[in-house]
Amino acid sequence: MDARHKALWLFGGVIVLLVVASIAGAVLSARAGSERGRATVANLVARVNAWWVMVAFLAIAFALGSTAMLVMFAFASFFALREFVTLTPTRRGDYVPLLLSFYVLVPLQYVLIGYGQYGTYAIFIPVYAFLLLPAAASLAGDTADFLTRSAKIQWGVMITVYCISYAPALLLLEVPGYRGADALLVFYLVFVVQFSDVMQYVFGKLFGRTRLAPQVSPSKTVEGLVGGGLTATAAGGALWWITPFTWQQSLAMSFVIVVMGVLGGLTLSAVKRSLGAKDWGVMIEGHGGMLDRFDSITFAAPVFFHATRYFFT
Amino acid sequence: MRPSAFAFVGLVRLLVGAYARWVGCQPQDIQRLYFANHTSHIDTLALWSALPLALRGRTRPVAARDYWGSGLRRYLATRVLRAVLIDRTRGEPTTDPLEPLIAALRQGDSLILFPEGTRGREAVPGPFRSGLYRLAQQFPTVELIPVYLENLNRAMPKGAFIPIPITCTVRFGAPLAVGAAESREDFLARARAAVIALTDAAA
Repeated sequence: MDARHKALWLFGGVIVLLVVASIAGAVLSARAGSERGRATVANLVARVNAWWVMVAFLAIAFALGSTAMLVMFAFASFFALREFVTLTPTRRGDYVPLLLSFYVLVPLQYVLIGYGQYGTYAIFIPVYAFLLLPAAASLAGDTADFLTRSAKIQWGVMITVYCISYAPALLLLEVPGYRGADALLVFYLVFVVQFSDVMQYVFGKLFGRTRLAPQVSPSKTVEGLVGGGLTATAAGGALWWITPFTWQQSLAMSFVIVVMGVLGGLTLSAVKRSLGAKDWGVMIEGHGGMLDRFDSITFAAPVFFHATRYFFT
Repeated sequence: MRPSAFAFVGLVRLLVGAYARWVGCQPQDIQRLYFANHTSHIDTLALWSALPLALRGRTRPVAARDYWGSGLRRYLATRVLRAVLIDRTRGEPTTDPLEPLIAALRQGDSLILFPEGTRGREAVPGPFRSGLYRLAQQFPTVELIPVYLENLNRAMPKGAFIPIPITCTVRFGAPLAVGAAESREDFLARARAAVIALTDAAA
């Protein structure tokens, strides 16, 4: 079976999952009695509908090839950064660094990945942007909260541009014996992370009793975390046939992805709350903003990339 | 709507979101006069883009001829937004600067107006000029809708030429009418307060 066939099977499988979810949503809508129950089900239906749209975007990017994939993730970074900056109090003196972040750093990072310049794209933001963004801010001459403001922009760029860009960077890993199938690795990462989020939500709603970190993420429960995390790890292990890994290795990789995803979700939730918000934005109906959907990816993508690069190339 | 209008609305949405929040009224196809705080050059585009497609066709922004009267801005104002251009500096003392607005309202168009007359430095609007009161008196059937544009001063601070992508919301409040015995000053103060009240409306 070649990569195209595998991709068709995978998207077919995802569509089956979504159909099941949509039917479940419709059944629950008909049954929901209480006010609170109706609100929960309405949110569930909105989430599932948003998933249809997101899967459609991913499928189109897959069909069109690696450039389309890079462009799609570049837009994801752009919108995620827009959300981050919206919630971050910036001042007039941050105008130039922000301009550079949106209109130079976002495109350049993805172009560097597109040209396979690993040595450059791996250090471009952590070194050069790290130094140049505050330098540009210093020229504006506003010293009020200077360190805080600089750090917030650097944080935003690292998370939303640098970390997210590691997901499509998987396309350029040259794993021996796995040429031409790299897009499946992107699918693998995105699927395990998102399936983990969905399953944590499902397990949390069904069995959730003990809250994990009520101040940071009130809806996360220990039961949801363990049940959802293990289910997603197992599902990732079962997808070994689309990866260059054996099933044991695939299980281990999925576990790493799930753990990093959870840490990413918690950390960005803490950041979001420190900025005084409940959701990052309103772009994705039922989910919140782009970053509410990408928070787990930001932590999982770089670690999965480097683990694969270190052990398999 | 023209393809160029679609392109502009798409660009505005991409950069600043321009998410509409109908706090005190619903997007209905009735003749209205939207009045908002004014802090940036993209206020007009953002408010117009936030309206549903069906309403955009009959809603015309009021724009200053000295800024929107030439070049690409002129194209945008006249061809895309179908703006009503007014003279901020009164040339001949005999002409009424509100004349083009009155003509547009007579035709049945809805208008977007920035009653401060110029962009302010603060997020909270400055004092309103009297044009709003005169139009309200002359057209009592037109609904006056207060609008608060949030964050646009951050997206495009005064003196900036390229907007920073920041999510902006456009909040539409409840309609206002001039009271029977209300003075001009009282009405203008109340209209301004209605815009300010939307600053902390739960989004």
